Amino acid sequence: MKRKKLNWSILYLVIVLVITYLPIVMVVIFSFNESKLTVSWNGFSLKWYEALFKDKGIREALVNSLILGVISCGVSAVIGTLGALGMARVHYKSRGMIEYLSTVPIMVPEIILGMVFLAFFSLLKLPFGMVTLVIAHTAFCIPYIFMMVKARLVGIDKSLEEAALDLGAAPARAFFDITLPLITPAVISGCILAFAMSFDDVVISIFVNSPKVNTLPIKIYTQLKTGVTPEINALCTIILVVVILVLLISSVFSRKTEGKI
Amino acid sequence: MMKRRNKWWLCVAPLYIFTLIFVLGPLIYMVALSFATNNDGIGVTWQFTLENFTKMADPVYVRCFVQSFQMAFMTTIFVVLIGYPFGYFMAKLSARGKKLLMFLIMIPFWTSSLIRMYGWIIILQVKGLFNKILLAVGIIDEPLKILYSYPAVVIGMVYALLPFMILAVYSSVEKMDWSLVEAARDLGASAPKAFLTVTLKLTLPGLLSGVILTFVPSMGLFFIADILGGNKIVLVGSLIQDQLTRGSNWPFAAALAVVLMILTTLMIYLYRSITHTKDLEGMF
Repeated sequence: MKRKKLNWSILYLVIVLVITYLPIVMVVIFSFNESKLTVSWNGFSLKWYEALFKDKGIREALVNSLILGVISCGVSAVIGTLGALGMARVHYKSRGMIEYLSTVPIMVPEIILGMVFLAFFSLLKLPFGMVTLVIAHTAFCIPYIFMMVKARLVGIDKSLEEAALDLGAAPARAFFDITLPLITPAVISGCILAFAMSFDDVVISIFVNSPKVNTLPIKIYTQLKTGVTPEINALCTIILVVVILVLLISSVFSRKTEGKI
Repeated sequence: MMKRRNKWWLCVAPLYIFTLIFVLGPLIYMVALSFATNNDGIGVTWQFTLENFTKMADPVYVRCFVQSFQMAFMTTIFVVLIGYPFGYFMAKLSARGKKLLMFLIMIPFWTSSLIRMYGWIIILQVKGLFNKILLAVGIIDEPLKILYSYPAVVIGMVYALLPFMILAVYSSVEKMDWSLVEAARDLGASAPKAFLTVTLKLTLPGLLSGVILTFVPSMGLFFIADILGGNKIVLVGSLIQDQLTRGSNWPFAAALAVVLMILTTLMIYLYRSITHTKDLEGMF
């Protein structure tokens, strides 16, 4: 009786997963298709990969997205981690408000964030482009890292650091030897999540970029509206392979450090 | 000891500064803008008006709001129906099974959401896989024109937001105290009754969190409606985007955003007061 029930649930899980992967598999399959159309299979070809490597626009967009992701992640890792560490120790009245406000960027629909940034940056007369993109992305990257580290800090036994201090360690030493290693997995998973969000963001980027600075999602979005070439399929396949590799590596890494996700 | 504590303001200073300038600043500006007057072609005049809000009573915009809510509602229902059992069954697997499934859920989550929508275009198009299968099985005689229609947008939305629900439900089922369910069963409750009265109640924070994480974004994901709906379905998100770019009526866009923002805040507030928690379940 119990066995049978278990099988049904596994069947359900498998069916949902298959449907989840179906669109991705289609994209991958058609990246190797000879024909430009995604209707029928016309034979195996690598020509879209070749075209992809020759496509300057896509390469530029990819580089922009990577730069944007790395800078925003780096800046928000510093702000978010320091913030979470400090917030656990200060007792300002404004603390709750700032904590709430800092998470607003991921709580409201993206379109609102896009629109307020567009309006605000024009008010400040900031030149639209990489700078505005970095600020906007940093705004929604901070919450991921902040909350990850905060959650981790709650789980950490404070007595560890206090013990180190009692045993005569300097505060800096206690921090670098005890607290930092304990929160590092949280910082890393926060960064990975934030980078993934930044790398995938269309809605906010579309409002704060300039026509000269395309990110990869914006490039893909424009193509989807005007007409897709299978180069995009090829690109997606490559990204997919990279993502799987990164996830595999990070899961090995997190098994070692027992981090979340 | 005192001295050490005093230095912590240095740690929170960047967060304070960034949040005040780049989160609170823009939000205040948005609210101010929503009460400003729009001058066609010239831009914004700082003259107080409520016109941006009263304008929303126009049937065109009311229809848009209704359509958005319907879409968000439909999406949420499907996401709950598909995601809840998934998260529930997943939490009951062995440790290895959980890890594998988590991995499998994360991969699509991390690939470009645009590309995944493109995958659906390939599947749903008139000569696509979906129609081929239905034709082969004999359910239909003529290919269905699903792409660029309402159902296509719902499929896209459900697909994009399902992982949030799964993770939220999973993390709350995972935390649940199963001995309470067993106690209910021992006291004579049938399996469905034990589920409804104990399991469902205990996992309510996860479920509600998933509902918010689905409902809120679905009103703003204009690109899905754009790509899979082919401009036929106008959501509040698309409307705001339209007002900002083509319509260039920023005060009206700001007013729409303010209304959307109030609705969002209200939902999160409700969530917090129902579940007595601060953070959304399963987010982290």
